[in-house]
Amino acid sequence: MNGISVKNLKVWFGSGKDRIDAVKDATFDVPKGESFGLVGESGSGKSTILRAITELAPNWSGAIHVAGKTLDHTRDNEFYKTLQMVFQDPYASLHPRHSVDQVLSETLYLHGFDNIEKRIVTLLDDVGLGPSFRFRYPHQLSGGQRQRVAIARALAPEPSFLLLDEPTSALDVSVQAEILNLLTDLRAEHGLTYLMVSHDLAVVGHMCSRIAVMQLGEIVEVMTAEDMRAMRPSHPYTKHLLEASIGYSREAAADIVA
Amino acid sequence: MNLLDVENLWVKFPTRNGVFDAVRGVSFTLGQERLGIVGESGSGKSMTGRAILRLIRPPGQVTAERIAVEGDDIMAMSEKEMRSVRGQRISMVMQDPKFSLNPVMRVGDQIVEAYAIHAKSTKADAKRKAMEMLEAVSIRDPERVYRSYPHELSGGMGQRVMIAMMMVPDPRILIADEPTSALDVSVQTQVLRIMDKLVQERGMGLIFISHDLNLVSSFCDRVLIMYGGRIVETCVADKLHEAQHPYTRGLLNSLPRLDVKQERLAVLERDATWRDTDSVSGAR
Repeated sequence: MNGISVKNLKVWFGSGKDRIDAVKDATFDVPKGESFGLVGESGSGKSTILRAITELAPNWSGAIHVAGKTLDHTRDNEFYKTLQMVFQDPYASLHPRHSVDQVLSETLYLHGFDNIEKRIVTLLDDVGLGPSFRFRYPHQLSGGQRQRVAIARALAPEPSFLLLDEPTSALDVSVQAEILNLLTDLRAEHGLTYLMVSHDLAVVGHMCSRIAVMQLGEIVEVMTAEDMRAMRPSHPYTKHLLEASIGYSREAAADIVA
Repeated sequence: MNLLDVENLWVKFPTRNGVFDAVRGVSFTLGQERLGIVGESGSGKSMTGRAILRLIRPPGQVTAERIAVEGDDIMAMSEKEMRSVRGQRISMVMQDPKFSLNPVMRVGDQIVEAYAIHAKSTKADAKRKAMEMLEAVSIRDPERVYRSYPHELSGGMGQRVMIAMMMVPDPRILIADEPTSALDVSVQTQVLRIMDKLVQERGMGLIFISHDLNLVSSFCDRVLIMYGGRIVETCVADKLHEAQHPYTRGLLNSLPRLDVKQERLAVLERDATWRDTDSVSGAR
């Protein structure tokens, strides 16, 4: 198995009576080259799974395999060369006093690349930003441009896996379309594998071929994008999410608020 | 008579590089209906909502030929008279309860305060009214919520508390600025239903400001689409998907769809002439 494989993953925060089980026995496989989605409401544990894979949430048990390697609680440089993460809020994930050039050259330097000059130009070109953006600071960029820089940063170590944590939820719909198209193109060009988290079913349905639906830390259903488009949920919670994301209807609302 | 008439509204901010016009000559009316205002960030939709309550702070300036609530001109009122309009006749629900409720005051006291400012009532009476409102927004344990501080409530609860607070003086018009965008879909449905019920039962007018086209189309009666501080198009909400203006079409096309597979999403091509075309009237 050379993709991402997660088996009986448990993640918790706190200890004793304050312990909160954020993820309970999550199991799923993402074969190499696939784009896999995690959806659910806030607090369902979808982002926590990504954070456990990258060891940002260190309290986990179970088994995680990435590209044939079994992960323990340490992550070396080699791991971060294989797998990178793009965060939700481009306003928070970029250092306000580092220029685009600094962000990218630091990442490239830390991963031991040579030819940094040329690579920065290529990376900016890859994400659709011209060379004129190279010496700008985050406050001189729009939200969409910042997210492009964050994606360029994630692509810098030439990973084969990208974890995407709500990459477009802070953006306007027209900008969201541009970023999603960019992600689609990058996946095709670089043969990337995506694990994408979103609360927006339409976004995940557009980007992913299979989708895991999470509720209160558990994966209640794994469905294909075709099943989602045809509105064929097998779990009542998925049905409820699908209905709510179509829009507001008085009848459906009356059912929810008893 | 209309609940609200807005004629030729401008909101201007002086900057180092000249005056920036956030809202440029917007006119519309509001009856007993759910009126949606949609647009992207920076289109002037929130500024329009704030200008109606004269909540734009200097150096920002609001000018309008007329902003009238049930016939009374707001633009001619003194600051003191405005205080009797805010809350009592027009109230506003903000996007994020975390930043809009007082963090060091119990929720119940905040609702009582909102009521007491406008109604001369006894303490016991105000409390009863506050509890009634908490029940009206489907809070299961109003006694406990009444005694809570905002940080002890979830996002959805906080938003419902804010709605309760805004509804307690029984306003004629409610302006809701992205009231559900910080909420999960199922909580969103609950909050919308509460507002829907209040509009139906009390004959209120609702201005619903949102960036979510699908939501506005399914929830509202009528929609104004704003771009660059102007209204570019108005339509009946459930006909939003048949909208004609290239900007509205572009926005709709750039949305990923749940029901059909698309290889790529359409990207909005902006046209400089959209900014310069005069505002469409949003009158009923």
